[in-house]
Amino acid sequence: MAFIQSIARILTPIIFGLMAVCAANAQTASTDIDNLIAALPGGSYADRAGVIEALAATGDTALVPLFEALSEGNLYVTATDGRVVRAVRAGDDYAISDPLTGATLGEVGRRDAEKIKVNNGLRRTIASAIGQLTLMSPNAEIRRSAAESILKTADPASLELLDTALAAEKDPGVLAVLEQARAVIVLGNDFPLAEKQAAVALLVAKGDRDAMAVLTTELASAPDELKPAIEAGIAGIERDLAAWAAAQNVWYGISLGSVLLLAAIGLAITFGVMGVINMAHGEIVMLGAYTTFAVQEVIRNNFPGLFDYSLAIALPLAFLVTALVGMAIERGVIRWLYGRPLETLLATWGISLILQQTVRTIFGPNNREVGNPGWMSGALDIGGMSLTYSRLWIVVFALVVFGILLAVLNRTPLGLQMRAVTQNRRMASSMGIRTPWVDALTFGLGSGIAGIAGVALSQIDNVSPNLGQSYIIDSFMVVVFGGVGNLWGTLVGALTLGIANKFLEPYAGAVLAKILILVFIILFIQRRPRGLFALKGRSVDA
Amino acid sequence: MSMKFAQRATIAAAIAGTMGMSFSPAIAQEDTIKVGILHSLSGTMAISETTLKDTMLYLIDEQNKKGGVLGKQLEAVVVDPASDWPLFAEKARELISVNHVAAVFGCWTSVSRKSVLPVFKELNNILFYPVQYEGEESERNVFYTGAAPNQQAIPAVDYLMENEGVERWVLAGTDYVYPRTTNKILEAYLLDHGVAADDIMINYTPFGHSDWQTIVSDIKAFGSAGKKTAVVSTINGDANVPFYKELGNQGISAQDIPVVAFSVGEEELAGLDTTPLVGHLAAWNYFQSVDTPENEAFIAGWKAFTGNPDRVTNDPMEAHVIGFNLWVQAVEKAGTTDTDAVLDAIIGLETPNLTGGIAKMLPNHHITKPVLIGEIQDDGQFEVVWETDAEVPGDAWTDFLPESKVLEADWTAPISCGNYNTETKTCGGAAN
Repeated sequence: MAFIQSIARILTPIIFGLMAVCAANAQTASTDIDNLIAALPGGSYADRAGVIEALAATGDTALVPLFEALSEGNLYVTATDGRVVRAVRAGDDYAISDPLTGATLGEVGRRDAEKIKVNNGLRRTIASAIGQLTLMSPNAEIRRSAAESILKTADPASLELLDTALAAEKDPGVLAVLEQARAVIVLGNDFPLAEKQAAVALLVAKGDRDAMAVLTTELASAPDELKPAIEAGIAGIERDLAAWAAAQNVWYGISLGSVLLLAAIGLAITFGVMGVINMAHGEIVMLGAYTTFAVQEVIRNNFPGLFDYSLAIALPLAFLVTALVGMAIERGVIRWLYGRPLETLLATWGISLILQQTVRTIFGPNNREVGNPGWMSGALDIGGMSLTYSRLWIVVFALVVFGILLAVLNRTPLGLQMRAVTQNRRMASSMGIRTPWVDALTFGLGSGIAGIAGVALSQIDNVSPNLGQSYIIDSFMVVVFGGVGNLWGTLVGALTLGIANKFLEPYAGAVLAKILILVFIILFIQRRPRGLFALKGRSVDA
Repeated sequence: MSMKFAQRATIAAAIAGTMGMSFSPAIAQEDTIKVGILHSLSGTMAISETTLKDTMLYLIDEQNKKGGVLGKQLEAVVVDPASDWPLFAEKARELISVNHVAAVFGCWTSVSRKSVLPVFKELNNILFYPVQYEGEESERNVFYTGAAPNQQAIPAVDYLMENEGVERWVLAGTDYVYPRTTNKILEAYLLDHGVAADDIMINYTPFGHSDWQTIVSDIKAFGSAGKKTAVVSTINGDANVPFYKELGNQGISAQDIPVVAFSVGEEELAGLDTTPLVGHLAAWNYFQSVDTPENEAFIAGWKAFTGNPDRVTNDPMEAHVIGFNLWVQAVEKAGTTDTDAVLDAIIGLETPNLTGGIAKMLPNHHITKPVLIGEIQDDGQFEVVWETDAEVPGDAWTDFLPESKVLEADWTAPISCGNYNTETKTCGGAAN
């Protein structure tokens, strides 16, 4: 092995020479590539990085599949003949193929092939190597990612390649990245002042964190003439970033607020409208999350193609399941306890423990895997902000649920009856409303809403039997803060708490921020015991 | 089944406690050697600790098939301290004074260990503690078979410095004693190695934290200062998943800012969507994926014992394997299960670990362990990307904090002290 390595070390400069002098001599080049590939398995990560750079320097685009296999950890060396192959697990053995041509080579046993190890540092080298090789690709998308990987490493050796690519590039998007990559290389190396000034201007115009990182590094070693321009540039970028950071923080607050809103909105009905202190609310949210898990499990096993729609299927199911559970709880336990808050509290707390243990017995104590559909992964970049899709959809979803609930309460006969019963039970009863039935439906609605909140929360939190416990206190906080019995209060309360929490977090840390919010709420409730939006009228004291 | 067993054991213990204390242990001593298992089977820690209880049952079962110890069969006594720290002390007392166990294998969190310490000292029994911990402790009655900071945290940082060229550090942890102490040691270590104070960011979050948006964007901002950045994570348990998800969503890959975790193992990854975690790192002394004959045999036996081909193995399980084997050897060497004799006999004993090396019990009651850095794979297993050349001896008192530097633990004569001050030559901690 050591012998091959030393050959590789000697070969590396020779290949650079060969490239320049006679690129036409294909026969020699291919032998060199073979030798280099054979040198891949040996040595340390640093040695391997050297071989990869030498391979990239050959400019042979046929190497791209090899690099990709290496980066994914699919490149192996066989024990028998020391050949470098691409191997994929097939049962207990490996199915091997040629890393360059993709031609299949049969199978080898699990112990007869050794993986060529890669770590994160090596993957960066490989990404840059692939970048160099694909910079002239006909596909603009590939060229763009190639240019980005060169921008990341900013290796001065790729300057010549960049210039060729710049001259040929027509796509404005790719062109911009190429120019930035060139500017970074120009700044970091020995170039005339005028060119450096142009590079600084270009990076200042780019104006993001990466540009600032380059400028900050450059500031220390820059010539004096350049320093004022760089300093001004950094100051400008910092100003912009600070503004974006504030906007980003508001977004985080809204996002946290929407999660609080989702968790609390069901409680706003069961506790807010009906006045039932429902300690099992968190567990109903958890049941919704487990319904999502069950739906995904069925889809994974039977209809993998439907995975992206799993949440849409889970939503009505979760609503149904949790609404039924809620109605069962109401009919079975809570209806005997109306007007006795202490007993209700204890009974629902007992129910919460029963539900937790039931789920633990059926699904086990460990977290369950709930996947994100494709449209919920990734982020949307707006200027200096990045809005992750999962959070974005949850904000939208929370608002939609809120809107629907508002409509149900104010625009449907059921909503009218609910309000009538909660405001004056005896009069509603005299008017012919079946109050027990309305109670059950109201509790079912509140629980169903909690269940669909569980579907959304399964996307950002762990689905475990303890899921509910982490939301119950927050939910009560939001409802009490917003004003019992008022949906708008819940909305404003959730968003206020979310944003306040996120603005405190950078200064006070996550732990202290939570404590401060709690103290704030306690003080607030002392001054306004009925919360932000107190319900007015005789019903309040009933 | 195991649950029932635990309950029955507890009930039996309670009955024994009330009915006749002189009667039941007398018989037990004739027939079997009792081994206490003190792991939470309910409450928040049940996720991690239930597996360790099963591991002990498996090991005891295997040993009994080989004929037991000193010609007697071993009998497991399982109690459930229910993730409740004061209850750990009560249950430990019950194991020792009611059930008369010869040794106890148990505890997970540092606070549970601290809670049982006085009991083990008072009643002079032995505890084997299998989890990586913050160090700064060495007790006569406790054997630490998990990693001390110099067997996990420090080598992981070394790896990132040398192999990934990291210059800027985020130390992120859950807010309790293990992350705080570990981060204190790491911070001192990094400052010693020329890292500027500006290049270290320390962040603590509550247990079960799920909204990581602000912290991840802070990490992103911190990482774009033109220097290679890494996160050293002592984030515990559940909170890890939303953390990695948020990293993935905000477009931070393992190649940009790698995260090396000290509390994420096979058991935690089982049943998770590992996509956002792939490529991130973990530092342990054992991985299920390590390909040695010992490990293969252990995994096969474990899967057969649990009857579940999907059960994974992890680092604290290996620690129990080593601890149990060392205890069996020590008892056979001493010819008795008497605490003082075993304490003397066990020091210096060696047993093969599962990764192809040797674990040796040191005079400071820690053991030698190899350090492995693994990359998380999409199947929830780890691929070893780096390992130490030889086993690293566990160091009870870190060399990187000034107040601990002068301390040394040595439980052999003539020192026989857990916090011997090498400057003042006295037992009893730092002189100030």
